[in-house]
Amino acid sequence: MNKIIKYVVTDILRNKIVLAYTAFLLAISLSVFNLEDNASKGLLSLLNIILFIVPLVCIIFSTIYIYNSAEFIELLVSQPLQRKKIWISLFSGLATSLLVAFLAGAGIPILIYAPNATGLTMVAMGCLLSIIFVSVAMLAAVTTRDKAKGIGVSVLLWLYFSLLFDGLVLFVLFQFQEYPMEKAMLVLSGFNPIDLGRILILLKMDVSALMGYTGAVFKDVFGTTSGFALALLVMVLWVVFPAWLSVRKFSKKDL
Amino acid sequence: MIIANSVSKKFGRLKALRDVSVTCNRGECIALIGPNGSGKTTLIKSMLGMVVPDSGFITFNGKNILHDWAYREFIGYMPQIGRYPENMTIGQVLSMMKDIRKKNSSRALDEELVHAFGLPALMDKRMRTLSGGTTQKVSACLAFLFDPDVLILDEPTAGLDPVSSLLLKEKITREKQRGKLVLITSHILSDLDDLITQVIYMQDGSLLFHKSLEHLRRDTGEEKLSGAIASVMMKK
Repeated sequence: MNKIIKYVVTDILRNKIVLAYTAFLLAISLSVFNLEDNASKGLLSLLNIILFIVPLVCIIFSTIYIYNSAEFIELLVSQPLQRKKIWISLFSGLATSLLVAFLAGAGIPILIYAPNATGLTMVAMGCLLSIIFVSVAMLAAVTTRDKAKGIGVSVLLWLYFSLLFDGLVLFVLFQFQEYPMEKAMLVLSGFNPIDLGRILILLKMDVSALMGYTGAVFKDVFGTTSGFALALLVMVLWVVFPAWLSVRKFSKKDL
Repeated sequence: MIIANSVSKKFGRLKALRDVSVTCNRGECIALIGPNGSGKTTLIKSMLGMVVPDSGFITFNGKNILHDWAYREFIGYMPQIGRYPENMTIGQVLSMMKDIRKKNSSRALDEELVHAFGLPALMDKRMRTLSGGTTQKVSACLAFLFDPDVLILDEPTAGLDPVSSLLLKEKITREKQRGKLVLITSHILSDLDDLITQVIYMQDGSLLFHKSLEHLRRDTGEEKLSGAIASVMMKK
């Protein structure tokens, strides 16, 4: 199993797109921190970039990578290897290399320029989001046989998580504005890992006052240690659940 | 050694295998013959666990292969169209497979074909630059490399030049004499004549007959396999 991870990681880390992704993150984070004299302002600017770019690159790259490794997977499946292990190794390989890329590109600059709780939370969220979107990509790639369709599904999923979901939430809020929606908002935010990541980072930034009463409720819940742990648990579920579903599907897939 | 028990498989509406039952034993060299799309490759892939049958089961040495994977250690498979990671060189592919498979086999590696095909000179070539024939040679080498008990060869000689084809046939004969089970599909029947001991004939996903070669010769009155199969096909 470790051998397959090794082959996947060395293959990906030589990939030009991953190198470009690392360089891009590095350029953005360095320029943001050098333009602003205040590190927490820099973090705020970096927040939205990370919340958009990281999931996008992770989900699209992973989907394409899996389709391109169809031959490799076919070769491995005819060998004395467990299918579950082949798939989990692919997942771990992808997640590891994209994590390394994120840490090298954004993680290290953040920790150098803003070595505080906010910076740490941001790095942690970036890492979690990377893994979550690799996991979602694995599910998208195993469900559709056609490459173009699979990539389309991934793009749509990204669009949904980063734009459409917020629109839907706003719509629901307007429809039910007569009712107290704070508790419901808490639950709703759990359905989108990007939102959850954003809320956790914003709470550390102490700008939750800007979010009005809902912000206060968020602060009450996620501000406590147990609430924070709960949010982390939900994010871990976002990693485990799609990955588990995709393993099950892959074990039964005809190649 | 390998027993398939009323195996059926559908791809969408197409019935690729209908209630196929075969028994393959050690020391036999079996030819899988049939028109295009008759389910030969699907049968092979279900023996390898790459395709999961809808009903029926397959056993390898008495064990159901459904949730097993370790049995593939005893199989060398040469696919019809070998597809390999494009960016790897031949050397990397070979060493990767050795790396993945070596851990629990005590047998020595069988690199006879690697040398016979002259692959050491091509070790640095990337897989995407190879011709179809050279890719076939790599597939053949991989199938024989781990000295497996069962060899499953899907169109082994297609795309090979006459010399390599002869080398491969000699190798198959030697392995057969060492008591291995060899399963071959091929449309080049003249290649099979002096190799095989048994014939399985498939059509439209069902197994029409499974006979020994002499039996088939006696039934059809033809000396050559090609003649025998032709007379069978004419009768249908």
